[in-house]
Amino acid sequence: MSLSHWITQLLEVALALLAAPLFLGWVNQCRAWLQNRSAPSLLQPYRGIRKLFYKEAVIAYGASPLFRMAPYVVFGAMALAAAIIPTLGTRLPVTQAADAIALVGVLAMARVFVALAAMDVGTAFGTLGARREMMVGFLAEPALLMVVFVASLISASSALPAITEHLATQATTLMPSLAFIGVAFTLVLLAENARIPVDNPATHLELTMIHEALLLEYSARHLALMEWAAALKLFNYVCIGFALFVPWGVAVGTAPRALAVALPLLALKLAVAGAGLALIETVSAKLRVLRAPEFLATAFLFAVLGLLVHLLLGA
Amino acid sequence: MNIPFSLQLLNALAALLLLLSFAMLSQRRIVTLVNLLAVQGAVLCAATLLLAWRTGERHMYVSAALTLALKVVFLPWLLHRLMRRLAVYWDTEPMLHISGTMMLGLLIVVFSFGLAQPIAALASTATRNAVGIAVAVILLAFLSMITRRKAMSQVVGFLSMENGLFFGAMSATYGMPMVVELGVALDVLVAMLVLGVFFFQIREQFDSLDLHHLESLKEDR
Repeated sequence: MSLSHWITQLLEVALALLAAPLFLGWVNQCRAWLQNRSAPSLLQPYRGIRKLFYKEAVIAYGASPLFRMAPYVVFGAMALAAAIIPTLGTRLPVTQAADAIALVGVLAMARVFVALAAMDVGTAFGTLGARREMMVGFLAEPALLMVVFVASLISASSALPAITEHLATQATTLMPSLAFIGVAFTLVLLAENARIPVDNPATHLELTMIHEALLLEYSARHLALMEWAAALKLFNYVCIGFALFVPWGVAVGTAPRALAVALPLLALKLAVAGAGLALIETVSAKLRVLRAPEFLATAFLFAVLGLLVHLLLGA
Repeated sequence: MNIPFSLQLLNALAALLLLLSFAMLSQRRIVTLVNLLAVQGAVLCAATLLLAWRTGERHMYVSAALTLALKVVFLPWLLHRLMRRLAVYWDTEPMLHISGTMMLGLLIVVFSFGLAQPIAALASTATRNAVGIAVAVILLAFLSMITRRKAMSQVVGFLSMENGLFFGAMSATYGMPMVVELGVALDVLVAMLVLGVFFFQIREQFDSLDLHHLESLKEDR
């Protein structure tokens, strides 16, 4: 791998870090428009993060080093995941180094640290949030792995860049299995990122919350990193979706021209995906927490049906 | 992969049928159940038309028309009317938890794909792979009949089973002989009408459409 590959790789990660809050801002803006509210600025998430970085950090009495460490670990894991996902190009060093199963593992590690840190201080809300997060996680992960397995079967490789290249270059065929896992992936994305049918990202201090309950004890720079990591997680999931289902336009080499094509296409895909996400959140109602397993069982069902249909029909 | 587009479309329709079966299995509202049955009929009709166009078999156009008239228009209309007159809109909680039923359904799909393998190996049609899906649709409808309590949803399960049979015959041998097809269509129609009368009788006897009342032989209350 030459120097230019590494530079492109760094560029990709930097882009993910910078674009993630912007994407979150875009989703929030679309949601506000759809709900007839006046929309917050696109840059609002950046302002929130900047404000938090200037504040003085307060740590709960009796918090262990794990509590301080967790934001850095989680943020690092999300940045690493952003490097693994082929957002701009497929022939990049880190992208080539890990396959999709490792990617799911990196995301799981972030989840474990978030849950441990939430339980660390010992408040009721934190423990409750951690339990719910693990409940969602242990149902969403098999579904996500199933989605990855079906995509690997179709393209005969478990490496994400290879899958992307295969799907981008094959002749256009109707693939029912791909449609099934597409639905499954969308459901997993909604559940994993605490979006509406499972959790409401717009509220604090509600008894049914999951994501916010985990972060209650954090303040200042730690909270900023956690919020940024959450935005990055959403960005990462959406980009995994692009890599699997709309792979067209991803640069195969590191030629500047290919990257110049990939970048505006990525922006376009993100704009459409953000609007779609806002639409899903607007038209659906939040489920009761105890209904969340049913929601995720549906995701798993779709993924397994995709697998079976692929095995039977070969498409 | 070099399968022609019409065959790809047929495979997609087959997958859609399987999906609809699962949607029916998970549905608690009877109104939606009947609508899903109508959609299943429509998908079946589309698949039959496509296959008729692909193979050039005349009689399949007739069976497509029959499907459209009977399963998409008439039976759902009849069921909606019955539903309004009997005022049953919800099934009671099914015997099994919904997620449990779904997982059982997945096992059934695996089983029926295995079951259909020898049949598919013997068949010479281009659509033989879809036989597995047809068997799965039949068994899933059977499962939904087993897990439901209300007579209404059991009838919907029965009709969905007939859809599966029809699809199976279509994908294994390009449809049954015309006489058999007409006979089955007539049978379903008559069964539906008789069951419609039967519903009122059940309700008159037991004040409900819950079929577990039929399980005890005597009225030892």
